[in-house]
Amino acid sequence: MQDQEAAKAQATLFDAEEMVLNMGPQHPSTHGVLRVILKLDGETVTDVDCDIGYLHRGVEKIAENDTYAMITPYWDRLDYVAAVSNDLCYVEGVEKLLQVEVPKRAEYLRVILTELQRIASHLLWLGTHAIDIGAVTVLLYCFREREEILKIFEDFIGARLTAHAFRIGGLWWDVYPEFEQRVRDFLRILPGRIDEYETLLNTNRIWLSRTVGIGLLPAEEAINLSLTGPVLRGSGVKYDVRKAQPYSAYAEFDFEVPIGENGDTYDRYLCRMAEMRQSAFIIEQALDGLPEGPVMAKVPKVIKPPVGEVYHAIEAPKGELGVYLVSDGTGKPYRMRIRPPSYINLQSLKRMAVGHLVADVVALIGTIDIVLGEVDR
Amino acid sequence: MMEIATTLLAAPKWIIDLVGKDNVFWADYVVVPVIKIVIVLFVVLTVVAYLVYVERKVSAFIQARLGPMRVGPWGLLQPLADGLKLILKEDIVPLKADKAVFLLAPIISVAAALVVLAVVPWGAAWATISSVNIGLLFILAVSSVGVLGLVLAGWSSNSKYSLLGALRSSAQMVSYEVALGLSIIGALMFARTLSMTGIVEAQQADGMWYVLFQPTGFLVYLISALGETNRAPFDLPEAESELVAGYHTEYSGFRWALFMMAEYAAIIITSSVAVTLFLGGWTGLGWLSNLISGWSWTHSIISPENLQVILSIFAFVAKLFAVIYVYMWIRWTWPRYRYDQLMELGWKWMIPAGLANIVLTGIWYVLALPKTSGGLFGLMQNQGGRLVASGWGKIYFIATGFAGTVPIIWGILALINRRSRDFNLHEQRQLQVRLRRERLQKGAEPQPAGD
Repeated sequence: MQDQEAAKAQATLFDAEEMVLNMGPQHPSTHGVLRVILKLDGETVTDVDCDIGYLHRGVEKIAENDTYAMITPYWDRLDYVAAVSNDLCYVEGVEKLLQVEVPKRAEYLRVILTELQRIASHLLWLGTHAIDIGAVTVLLYCFREREEILKIFEDFIGARLTAHAFRIGGLWWDVYPEFEQRVRDFLRILPGRIDEYETLLNTNRIWLSRTVGIGLLPAEEAINLSLTGPVLRGSGVKYDVRKAQPYSAYAEFDFEVPIGENGDTYDRYLCRMAEMRQSAFIIEQALDGLPEGPVMAKVPKVIKPPVGEVYHAIEAPKGELGVYLVSDGTGKPYRMRIRPPSYINLQSLKRMAVGHLVADVVALIGTIDIVLGEVDR
Repeated sequence: MMEIATTLLAAPKWIIDLVGKDNVFWADYVVVPVIKIVIVLFVVLTVVAYLVYVERKVSAFIQARLGPMRVGPWGLLQPLADGLKLILKEDIVPLKADKAVFLLAPIISVAAALVVLAVVPWGAAWATISSVNIGLLFILAVSSVGVLGLVLAGWSSNSKYSLLGALRSSAQMVSYEVALGLSIIGALMFARTLSMTGIVEAQQADGMWYVLFQPTGFLVYLISALGETNRAPFDLPEAESELVAGYHTEYSGFRWALFMMAEYAAIIITSSVAVTLFLGGWTGLGWLSNLISGWSWTHSIISPENLQVILSIFAFVAKLFAVIYVYMWIRWTWPRYRYDQLMELGWKWMIPAGLANIVLTGIWYVLALPKTSGGLFGLMQNQGGRLVASGWGKIYFIATGFAGTVPIIWGILALINRRSRDFNLHEQRQLQVRLRRERLQKGAEPQPAGD
């Protein structure tokens, strides 16, 4: 009896149990309301459990009770830092269902706006990723450039964050006269500014030691986790929906798909930096070849797609964003299912984080680039 | 005691008149120090408040924005508004916190930081509260008590983030204090005194700032001081993006302000030690005071002696702010180290560098001793009881400092760290990439899908 008690006392004294750290839902660097339950041995992570759903709004269910045109604004609020890209996915899905031919000019303007949004989203990612690792200044620099994009959006769409740019069948308005010049002005400053961030980070010893070899994800595993977007390309897999299944006018533009070599955080960082430059290159081509003409196709006032189903995917800044629509011939979809890239990419957090330190978990959440509006829907 | 008594400065005549001839002892040991303490505390606490403002302005300057602009012209009253807000805020003690320790921790922190101000030589002659003959040792000893405040705060908060912050800060401060202690010894060999005023006077006598004799020591000191004061890139104990606020997560209102005060006071102290030890302290504006006191009409306004002291204070403060600016510059440009990397930097880089610097400086010093004392080169002379480097001696020490110590220490560090993960990340990355390519060619890994 006494021995047992002594053993128990010894166990409580010397066998340190794992510490459970509840990171979030209110935490500076979980990018919203993500709750990560960490099991720690000292500061080493032994287990990661993501608790999501704090921002669940039931968008997919709401869609079943709304007309096709009314659903579009809900898409702005999925990945709210890339509203324009989300819109593109949905309206193209409905257009596919309706079999509407969108005017050329509208296609080109859609490409320009989506690529601007991709740059804005990547800038926000870079800023927050850097601030998670401790480089505060990069955030402010990124916001300076993002502001320019948001101003362009504001003058065209009227909103900055949840920019509701597209309508089923094209664009609501044509762009304002100075639009082209303003986008060109922005493209002129952008490469220099990207160089500026790279000067701050690319060869910075601390940045390197915080990102190189952290969260290593081999190509095979990335595919098995069904990751998409820069997280997949960082592991060296050349999959980009813009190239694999060209949508909108992307087939007409010439661009590279940057891929990483090792699949660590540093590679994913390089990938996204290169993607920003490629986006700028695409916008330039689209502006050069911007055709004249109408921006809206002939679409009936009441949208009643024929009975059928469709899956449409685009390359959103975070990865493959897909929509699966089932129409029963009425004015409301029978079922709408979203394939959110953030949600699926978030599954890789556990795979990447176990064995690293608490500080790395923060860096890894940053490198996956999640937006909780999209994860929770 | 005798030593302290002689170095303490006698009270000026008007104070002796005030207290009476019989009470000279009181004037010397109580009245004058109390006046000085009040002035220094008032000035330093104001400066601490304004350092926050300066930090915000500097960060705004670096980040292409304006910083505080709303309260007063250019936001100059911002520290006042901040202080008022913090005093008026609710003082929350968490329910499960160890109350007594929780309340004591910020006091320990701020007291340790402020006590040290007693021996900082703000200027020549009377412009220091107390010139203790072990000044530097006193600073090191008392400022390391400050870490106790952080550890107790983290422990008593009964919060996991605070606990992690406290663990980190105790490990970090212990390791960086060693490096800090080692880095100053090289300069002390030249100064041959621990008294802060004595160190400045030694540099005056040598006619040389010790940063030129001791470039490695200065660098190691600056980096270790960053670690010691929890400044970025070593701000792990309060790493905002990881630990929310680290050890002071649970603090609010004025107790939180005390921690901030301690932090900024610690910056002032480590910077002032850097200025005293390596940058010539309050020297540097002698030419200006000579120029001004050359004009006889100024003598009716201010005596040449007092003018010299006031200008020396200016010189000290200017250097102090230059060092503080460097600290801020570093904070707003660099990312944060990870905990294990921080330890590695401390134990594998800073401490060996500090040790090697001591040995090498010792060798250079012994070689340069006068030939009568057994030196090889005889580049030093005995001047009024202390050894002073001759003209060639100065060139010799600067040359050995930069061209001798720096490359040798770099070689030693490279030898120690050549197997470490972070030593040459670029090469390692290229190696990984090459290995992966080879595996891909062998077919050990699935080929990346093409487009």
